[in-house]
Amino acid sequence: MTFDLFLLQFFTGLALGSIFVLVALGLSLIFGLLTVVNFAHGQFYMLGAYAGAFVLAWTGSFWIAFLVVPLLVGAIGMLCERVLVRPLYGRGIDYPLLLTFGLGLMLLDGVSMIAGTEGVPFDTPAGLTGAVNLGLFYFPKYRLFLIVVTALLLIALWLFLEKTSYGLIIRAGALDSEIVQILGVNISRIWLVVFGIGIGIAGLAGLLAAPMRGVFPEMGIPVLVEAFVVTVVGGMGSLVGAVVAGLLVGVTYSFTAFYFPQMAQLSMFILMGVVLVLCPRGLFGRAGVLG
Amino acid sequence: MTTYDYDREYARISRRRVLKGAAAMAAIGIPAPHYLRHARAQTGPIKIGFPVPLSGPYSSEAQDQARCAQIAVDMFNAAGGLKGRMAELLVRDDKLNPGEAATRTQELIESDKVNFVCGSLSASVQLAVNNVAKARGVIYNSISQSDSINEASDFSRFTFHEAMNPHITAGAVARYLLPKFGKKVAFLTADYAFGWEMVKGFKRAGEQFGIQDVIEIKHPIGQPDYSAFFPRIQAAKPDILFISNFGRDQLNSIKQANDFGLKNQMKIGVSVLLYIQRLAGGGQPFEGVIGGANYYWELEDTVPTAKRLNDAYRKKHNTVPSDYAAYGFAGIYGLLEGVKKAGTTDTDAVIAAMESMKYDAYKGEQSFRKCDHQAVQSVLVLESKPDSKVKQKVDTCNIVAMEKGGEDRLRSCKELGHG
Repeated sequence: MTFDLFLLQFFTGLALGSIFVLVALGLSLIFGLLTVVNFAHGQFYMLGAYAGAFVLAWTGSFWIAFLVVPLLVGAIGMLCERVLVRPLYGRGIDYPLLLTFGLGLMLLDGVSMIAGTEGVPFDTPAGLTGAVNLGLFYFPKYRLFLIVVTALLLIALWLFLEKTSYGLIIRAGALDSEIVQILGVNISRIWLVVFGIGIGIAGLAGLLAAPMRGVFPEMGIPVLVEAFVVTVVGGMGSLVGAVVAGLLVGVTYSFTAFYFPQMAQLSMFILMGVVLVLCPRGLFGRAGVLG
Repeated sequence: MTTYDYDREYARISRRRVLKGAAAMAAIGIPAPHYLRHARAQTGPIKIGFPVPLSGPYSSEAQDQARCAQIAVDMFNAAGGLKGRMAELLVRDDKLNPGEAATRTQELIESDKVNFVCGSLSASVQLAVNNVAKARGVIYNSISQSDSINEASDFSRFTFHEAMNPHITAGAVARYLLPKFGKKVAFLTADYAFGWEMVKGFKRAGEQFGIQDVIEIKHPIGQPDYSAFFPRIQAAKPDILFISNFGRDQLNSIKQANDFGLKNQMKIGVSVLLYIQRLAGGGQPFEGVIGGANYYWELEDTVPTAKRLNDAYRKKHNTVPSDYAAYGFAGIYGLLEGVKKAGTTDTDAVIAAMESMKYDAYKGEQSFRKCDHQAVQSVLVLESKPDSKVKQKVDTCNIVAMEKGGEDRLRSCKELGHG
């Protein structure tokens, strides 16, 4: 394995990991704040891809879809939170879990019925096709774009959470929601917004993944498993953990695929096992989160 | 105070009675006289059972197959049927599951009293259907692309195989690609029987051209991301990349190979260029990809029976049938031709008729090889068109070659274990 091949596999792993990071971020956000395990997360990812295909067909511009899709899917997420999830707060972890599980199934069948089972075409946007010469090797332009966009999004999210007062409230709510309510903050509105942000990011991830993986109803199912693995490795509820673990899983996958292609899908589970043995709460996990 | 439990006594007797009754029925049923197994209607409508995966990932292909099968039935009936006896198609959902398929087939044979069975898409499902059909002496014409049904262990005189197997299609693609593009071949294979069969067929046909296997990568079915495999493939510097997978996997691997610029360095070939995946993926990623097929609608320009099928399909559904759909047509057509030739629905007569007949369903002359009842048929080699050349939605490919059917293209009878 030469150095340029090593770098190529590394960058491929980063691009792969970027999708994991985006989906796991949303999952971790929602879990960390609302203690809701969102089994429908993969289907919102799928919805983002379909919404993107629809907006693309309607306006012809990938960039409009890029702006519109997270807002659209986030809005759908907020509607689900308001109507479906909110009545179940305070009843422990099982009820919302089952609800989101059922919601996921319904979303999948709903999309299959409306848009068909075979999927819709989604071409790589013009301007991002082809490969770019990074000096040592050629790398697909679109995947480079994906890495860059994910990095920018992470910075934006960090700025929002760390530097704005709204972000401060969200972080406080994650630490202790009761005290925040006593201080006069409407915590349900916070949860609504956080749920929307988490789902919106998932929808964006679906849109970004669409040119690479195609758009079809079942596309969210493997992604959900990957997202859960990343969340567990990073620590349930930790955003830093989601990012680090996402990239770690992506790179691990990429290098395993180089040496033992058949073991590649298994490698993330082995990684999860190893991490759990060494750090039972995940790399950045906190105690008592599942209480 | 204990009361005599009449209920339990009654229940005990009842259960015992039931058990005795069941044992008696089994004792009678098992050595059933021969005629009971063949108690199928010799009058009334000719019923054909059609189990296909109407639900699940291949539902679009299956529904298309059911539509074309119905066209074959309508054609038969419009021509007067068999001395006034009309044909009837009974479509069932096998859910792509062997157990479910076996149950459906059993129902079709026992309750619906079908004369024949046709169908299946997946290789494992067709074997389950075949097992049920042959145990009850009902002719089964399989339209699933697979190698296994031809082998002696699964074969029976009631088993017919209309669809091609990976050996034929991969071989045709190899025979087209290797002389044109070079000898060094990289293989990207889905790690299950169908994938391995395609690779075997390709390598075998490639032997006469001096094929060199530079790298072989196996991936699990349902693989979403192939990016990690491409650097290795590129490093091996092949002339041809042969991708052996199906459905969604084919779509994703081709899309991603396109993204990584593999097409600039090598020619991509697949065993079967799936029409529905090509429509789902669009022209851009599939451009220039070579693949085999049993049917492509443009055949109507040169083959009259293709035009016959297309026109019938257009009349009903306003578009042309896909490759897999055409199998649905051909499977039923073959059965009904056998019935017409035999002049009866009696199983033995129809088997004899099918073994000896030559028929032209949708692409020229076909016949069933005697030893394994494999339909000997022509294979198309297609090249996917770029979007700029596509005149209408269905205009996806160019036919670059058409290999005439021949028994030399198949694995020999001896190799498959027949005599």
